[in-house]
Amino acid sequence: MNRILAASLLGLSLATSSLAHAEPVKIGVITTLSGGGAGLGIDMRDAFTLAIKQSGNKDVELVIEDDAQKPELAVQIAEKMIQGDKVDLMTGIIWSNLAMAVVPNAVAQDVIYLSPNAGPSALAGANCNPNYFNVAYQNDNFHEAMGQYANKDYKNAFILAPNYPAGKDALTGFKRYYKGALAGEIYTQVGQTDYAAEVAQIRASGADTVYFFLPGGMGIAFMKQYAQSGVNIPVMGPGFSFSQDVLPAIGDAALGVKNSATWSKDLDNEANKKFVEAFKAEYKRLPSIYAAQSWDTANLILAALSKASVKDKDAFRAALKAADFKSVRGKFTFNNNNHPIQNIYVREVVKEDDGVLTNKIIATAFEDHKDAYADKCSM
Amino acid sequence: MFTALLIEQLLNGLQLGVMLFLMAAGLTLIFGVMGLINLAHGSLYMIGAFACATVAAATGSFWIGLIASLAAAAGVGAIIEVAVIRRLYDRDHLDQVLATFALILILSEGARWLFGSFPLYLDIPPMLQGAVPLPGGGQYQLYRLAIIGVGIAVAIGLYLLIARTRLGMRIRAGESDREMIGALGVDIGTLYTVVFALGAALAGLAGALVGALQSVQVGMGEPVLILAFVVIVIGGIGSIKGALVGAVIVGVVDTMGRFLLPSVLALTMPASQATTIGAALASMLIYVVMALILAFRPSGLFSAQS
Repeated sequence: MNRILAASLLGLSLATSSLAHAEPVKIGVITTLSGGGAGLGIDMRDAFTLAIKQSGNKDVELVIEDDAQKPELAVQIAEKMIQGDKVDLMTGIIWSNLAMAVVPNAVAQDVIYLSPNAGPSALAGANCNPNYFNVAYQNDNFHEAMGQYANKDYKNAFILAPNYPAGKDALTGFKRYYKGALAGEIYTQVGQTDYAAEVAQIRASGADTVYFFLPGGMGIAFMKQYAQSGVNIPVMGPGFSFSQDVLPAIGDAALGVKNSATWSKDLDNEANKKFVEAFKAEYKRLPSIYAAQSWDTANLILAALSKASVKDKDAFRAALKAADFKSVRGKFTFNNNNHPIQNIYVREVVKEDDGVLTNKIIATAFEDHKDAYADKCSM
Repeated sequence: MFTALLIEQLLNGLQLGVMLFLMAAGLTLIFGVMGLINLAHGSLYMIGAFACATVAAATGSFWIGLIASLAAAAGVGAIIEVAVIRRLYDRDHLDQVLATFALILILSEGARWLFGSFPLYLDIPPMLQGAVPLPGGGQYQLYRLAIIGVGIAVAIGLYLLIARTRLGMRIRAGESDREMIGALGVDIGTLYTVVFALGAALAGLAGALVGALQSVQVGMGEPVLILAFVVIVIGGIGSIKGALVGAVIVGVVDTMGRFLLPSVLALTMPASQATTIGAALASMLIYVVMALILAFRPSGLFSAQS
């Protein structure tokens, strides 16, 4: 009798384990957790791990490594993850120059990469790849939206961005939709913290607006110095320059500034409300746009995992492309080049009743916006 | 309008130079007296900025923060001198570089552990807010003028300290013959700690002053450290005068290069190309200047050793 009981128990346990089909999925997360850009990567990581935790999916294993915002380090980590850890999927990179160093090589080795932030133009056009999914945006998008919005009030803009792939994409994107004249165009050094020379040129340029793309600490430094310089030309930027990670450090100098983004804390949909509350409850701070994008990335992966096995690459790619998940950005679909088709909004920096600076949506710059490179992609 | 812009850019260059001088003075003093290459100098700059931001946020006064930054940087400097650096004086430069690089990592991660990864907020004190008019119709940020003033005051103070005081005499003696002043009964251990703490305090002061202009965050010291090394190499290692001249050269060349190169190039090529190439050239300009100076003066402009 005992033997039969034991055998049936064994049989039962075997049955349940195969029912849960415990096929572990390994996701490699390379992001910036130290150095000046760490705030962005930490928001990315925190939102991503929280989304996985809340889903209750126990099969997902994360391998998280810090790239210190250095391309050569990111390449080494990626090699280690692909060859050593044998990851099924990769994600996490914040910066475009790091993405350019890692992504082409990873997707060539048949690893699926999902970008939670960087969207360099070089990967969106002729070099698009079925293994590369961009869940964030193509780099030009936010800037295109602001270029479009600038036409309303301004005729002579001064534009500046750092001298790296995303910086060039930024100003190209702005100029694609902006119809007025340019009072000046400057590329600054990546990581530059003193903008006195640039502010002096802005002052002398006779511009009627300043458009700048300076993510992380660079933007904080620029805004603080600009506010103190006595120049009164209104500034605008993409959402990155006024994201939740930098607003407290810029302070009141940011009040009233218009910026563009695909997401905002006050975006009215169920998924977003749930996300903002969960993030605030877990980490006691407001989420940034980087957090929102990687929350979406995690949920896209989870949705695809429920439909197809990650070992069956074709089926899994199709499941990803279907984008059958509840995005915090509302409507979200993939274009032929695996880049998003989504709305882009104009936001304004406001102060909430509790004294916290944050963004509020004031207009929609583009509905169902596609990037300019999709035509060149043969997929 | 162009004159006003030119004056403004010259002042910007001077301000950058003065800030670099505060960093380079400590670095060159430590190298001159103790023969030590201190890569962790940038971390002391960061500590100054964090101390100022934290204390200013708690007390509401930038000035108390500024005093705290001096105290914190000098204190941490003295502690690491006694705990770590002291063991390195007799080692070769490679060991020193390795150990002080480890200090960078420890201090950076320590700051992250204490303050988090998000930048802190530090504002300019109310009495230095705003801009003042310049001759020629321009305007200049008052706070930057104040930084230039502080830098000049520190330069004069350092000169008086080294040329006119007993401590300065010992520092000079230490630079020329370390063993001999030890043999003459000067407490060399204390002297080293004092010099190190003094250099650290200057770096902390620079960090606090600049923190109000930029963002106070982990890793803010390393880019400045590289420029400070360029400054002391140009000026001649160990020479305070060299550090001052080198700092002003680097500050002015860097600022003017960023401003003039793209516009000069725009005369010969399309504007968008000129801005990209100009930006790239401007970022290497100070290294070109350094190479040129070293080609004619291999030990720098005012080498203390020659």
